[in-house]
Amino acid sequence: MNAMDRQPRRVVADKVTMAHGGGGKAMRDLIEDVFTSVFRPPGMEDQARLMTEAVTVPGARLAFTTDGFVVSPMEFPGGDIGKIAVCGTVNDLAVGGAKPLWLSAAFIIEEGVEISTLRRIAASMQKAADDAGVSIVTGDTKVVGKGSGDGVFITTSGIGVIEPGRDLLAETVQPGDVAIVNGVLGDHGAAILAARGDMALSTEIPSDCQPLNHLMEAILTAAPGTRVARDATRGGLASALNEIADAAGVGIEIGEDVLPLRTEVKGVCEILGLDPLYLANEGTLVIFVPEEQAHAALSAMRATDAGRQAVIIGKATTQHPRTVVMKTVFGGLRIVDMLVGEQLPRIC
Amino acid sequence: MKYADEFRDPVAAKGVLAAIERVTQEIGATKEKPVHIMEVCGGHTHAIFRYGLDKLTPKGLEFIHGPGCPVCVLPMSRVDECVQIAEDPKVIFTTFGDAMRVPGTKKSLIQAKADGADIRMVYSPLDALELARRNPDREVVFFGLGFETTTPSTALSILQADADGLTNFTIFCNHITVPPPIKALLDDPHMILDGFVGPGHVSMVIGTEPYQFIARDYGKPIVVAGFEPLDLLQSVLMVLEQIRDGRAEVENQYSRIVPNEGNPVSIAACEKVYEPRPTFEWRGLGEIDASGLRIRDRYKAFDAEVKFNIGYGRNTSFTEEQEGCACGDVMTGRIKPHACPQFGKGCTPEMPLGALMVSSEGACAAYYQYGGLDLEPAE
Repeated sequence: MNAMDRQPRRVVADKVTMAHGGGGKAMRDLIEDVFTSVFRPPGMEDQARLMTEAVTVPGARLAFTTDGFVVSPMEFPGGDIGKIAVCGTVNDLAVGGAKPLWLSAAFIIEEGVEISTLRRIAASMQKAADDAGVSIVTGDTKVVGKGSGDGVFITTSGIGVIEPGRDLLAETVQPGDVAIVNGVLGDHGAAILAARGDMALSTEIPSDCQPLNHLMEAILTAAPGTRVARDATRGGLASALNEIADAAGVGIEIGEDVLPLRTEVKGVCEILGLDPLYLANEGTLVIFVPEEQAHAALSAMRATDAGRQAVIIGKATTQHPRTVVMKTVFGGLRIVDMLVGEQLPRIC
Repeated sequence: MKYADEFRDPVAAKGVLAAIERVTQEIGATKEKPVHIMEVCGGHTHAIFRYGLDKLTPKGLEFIHGPGCPVCVLPMSRVDECVQIAEDPKVIFTTFGDAMRVPGTKKSLIQAKADGADIRMVYSPLDALELARRNPDREVVFFGLGFETTTPSTALSILQADADGLTNFTIFCNHITVPPPIKALLDDPHMILDGFVGPGHVSMVIGTEPYQFIARDYGKPIVVAGFEPLDLLQSVLMVLEQIRDGRAEVENQYSRIVPNEGNPVSIAACEKVYEPRPTFEWRGLGEIDASGLRIRDRYKAFDAEVKFNIGYGRNTSFTEEQEGCACGDVMTGRIKPHACPQFGKGCTPEMPLGALMVSSEGACAAYYQYGGLDLEPAE
């Protein structure tokens, strides 16, 4: 009997207990009621059986990626851990030049989590999957005792297809190539800091969390010479640029005056002594394109929802190889290094 | 951003930079024989590098980066004592974020946290006080650290805890004061400083009076400065003009924030709660007379040194700096950070040997992070 042919089972408990991880009826009900009945197409098997014509094209390749998500708080302005778990993996595939198709989702749930929270997270995942045009095709749940987790941890893996001839690689970046970002920096990091409530900041900066695959398609269609794209997640734009400079053996120079930043994010950084270049993003990418295709890429980006605020932030140079520098609003230059550990707020 | 962008205006900066260039020439300072100005505060050091001001000012002007980074000058033995307190299972140890990574002789607080100690980052001692109220069965300790900028809020939290009758809240007091190390630097026979840029946020509390000895007794100019790039440049210009004119005065560039008499309420709260220690150890500088604060007997119920039986100089054996570490020479201006043999080799922000590499406000860390290359803009 297929799950689609019968009445879906209902979870009656308010909170997750160890029984929901025991392998019995409670677990089955949780999986069916909270997850598989929400994810489309419904009725997941433990094993997904997949095929798409796109992989049969000669020269096409599969892309496969995985990512773990542990964000706290689980729900914040502009998103939740479910939305991030889908967007993060979709974006990892997209910035590599792949068209994302299928995701898996594994949940580690701490005893005591509200079932209603899980329902919101699952709905949010399906919404993000719809926006990105991908399917969540297989998954798993585990329950751990109180204190052994922190709410819900989600691991998503994703499979996509790379069209023949697409080969985005950081080491292909040449001096003279132009760096473009799709939108404002640091919103996610600032949103999480504010949402944690430790700082008593009365601002509601929404996270920038969003799927970037449609934006990437627009970029690669308009500017097929695009060398590389990176989503500026943990470690922020600074880390993404340093990785590229290092891989390509070029210098990178960006301009402080052109960096797109929300006034609220600037304010949060001023108050807490943080640098927005290192704040995490969940829907922001940087691309490097040959100068002659920069205009085409920029116009194509601005025509998409995720790229409306796209702007050129700098270029690759022959000077100071493997080093990222920023021209300050004063005309001075400073090195933008990789972050050493976690960004820790300063005392005074 | 209002009230910040105005003080970062590149056009206005050009004018001030031109004046700095002119006055430096009028003084006759050159790259070979530069004029030395110390910015005392780590916040200023950070701003100089963040905005690349050292690259914009003339070669005849050299910044010497002072001891005003409280995290950097904290002796390792005190970090060890923090770890010792934090590892007590009934303790919730609270601290400002940038103290987490300071190395002790065995471990830093961040390592102690990984080993299971309950260590939490807070933004204010009042947050620690709130934790104590919410956890009556735990012992909440706040790591009181910093100059006159942070001493009043710690004092206030003690007064508040006293008024509320809290018995599970203490301060591990490591507060230090700015004037004594400046005096120690001026007394150093190798001293080469020609003037000072003074820390504005400290003066917001203590006013400008405590710096009079610098001008009066040592004949050196000092200008109390704000933290935006234009504040700093204007202050540097004011110091240079004093040098050119043969004046030695205490001037206040940061008058929009700093009243000359300081903040009487804060001063009174600190007077009530603290008294100077006879002496306190500064990493890289050694013992400096009357440079540290301790909690008065009246409030000893809130003193972690009393509750956890840690007396300054009692359990402490003075920590030797690592072999080859030249923090003291850098701080007195005898050498530049990159002239230290360990700079970037044995000593990096990942694995700091010496104090100045620890916090982003330390001169060595700032050099390492922002200024390592002699860069020219690529046009």
